[in-house]
Amino acid sequence: MTEAEFDALRAFLKTRSGLALSPDKRYLVESRLSSVCTRFKIDSLSHLVREIRAGRSVALEKATVEAMTTNETFFFRDKGPFDLFQDVLLPKYLKERASTRRLRIWCAAASTGQEPYSLAMLLKEAAPRMPGWHIDIVASDISTEVLEKAKAGFYNQFEVQRGLPIRLLVKYFTQVGDQWQIAPEIRAMVDYRYLNLIEDFNRLGQFDIVYCRNVLIYFDPNLKADVLRRIANIMAPDGSLLLGASETVLGVTDALTLDPAHRGLYSKNAASAAPKMFAVGGR
Amino acid sequence: MNYCLIIDDSRVIRKVSREVAEGLSFRVAEAENGEVGLQACQAEMPDVILLDWNMPVMDGYSFLKHLRATPEGQAPKVVFCTTENDIDRITRALDAGADEYIMKPFDRDILAAKFQELGVLPASHSA
Repeated sequence: MTEAEFDALRAFLKTRSGLALSPDKRYLVESRLSSVCTRFKIDSLSHLVREIRAGRSVALEKATVEAMTTNETFFFRDKGPFDLFQDVLLPKYLKERASTRRLRIWCAAASTGQEPYSLAMLLKEAAPRMPGWHIDIVASDISTEVLEKAKAGFYNQFEVQRGLPIRLLVKYFTQVGDQWQIAPEIRAMVDYRYLNLIEDFNRLGQFDIVYCRNVLIYFDPNLKADVLRRIANIMAPDGSLLLGASETVLGVTDALTLDPAHRGLYSKNAASAAPKMFAVGGR
Repeated sequence: MNYCLIIDDSRVIRKVSREVAEGLSFRVAEAENGEVGLQACQAEMPDVILLDWNMPVMDGYSFLKHLRATPEGQAPKVVFCTTENDIDRITRALDAGADEYIMKPFDRDILAAKFQELGVLPASHSA
């Protein structure tokens, strides 16, 4: 693959998924796209880039984007955001939404489902305190492949051991051969949707809580600001956003403000809140 | 420094577990079966115990029953670490007083996640 071809591939990935691949990530492209080449019977990365430039195969373009996205996740990843949900956010919204008894949660980069299922299990555990409540958990991702895995709810032994308390494994999973499948009642709590964050997501409606963790790090500053502004636009006035441990809105957007008492938790900045916009964010 | 006792009849597993636990800043001791493990607990009660199930002399399940039968034996967090991975075994372990359960094979991330979940991870390694 020549430098020009590598640059063309980087431009394609940025346009399609927002993924800002730095010039030193050539090794990543080579390691991740070799399986795509094999699958589509393409003999080299140069050939793959030519095919993408020719725009002959939507399936190839999609597979290329999917192969380059990072899907690492695990149940209750980083623990803190889930402690926050249980100890701070759930009590807050149980009180604030007592009249409507409705709570809407969005996991914006759900990957193989561990994050939305972790929240669903916490909500199931809290169910005795929430009679008559209607909960929506919308979980989206850019990869249809990981969404299919998420919907099926099968996890291997390593996946169910990373962060998942054993009591929840026993309670909500069934052993199927050497795999573990999450219970149908937990799967039914999550509504999976294909979604590319660079595109308009107003159609998802308004959310009380948004988890958008460890995805914005792959975007350039302009796109990051744009996505955060559009997330703020679909958050309830008292909505909450949780970002990854290494992510911040500081210096990126003033649409959101950090909760000084809770690391990684953001709310809408009332002072700078823009009117609700429905335009697709440009970069 | 948090103290971790590893009870396993496999020298290899003890070595691997020790490396992981020491990497997480634990002070580590080893025992090759439940009986030796109980003696170690009498000498100094650990913060956390990594416990195999199948061992000669005294198995992990019997060790746990003995440990939890004493008032001071309520304190340590006990993590079963075993190849027994069927749901009935896991349930038995939890009923006997285990706090967590790891199915072998495991890696550093799994062990660190379990320690964090149990709140025994030394401060320098907590999130």
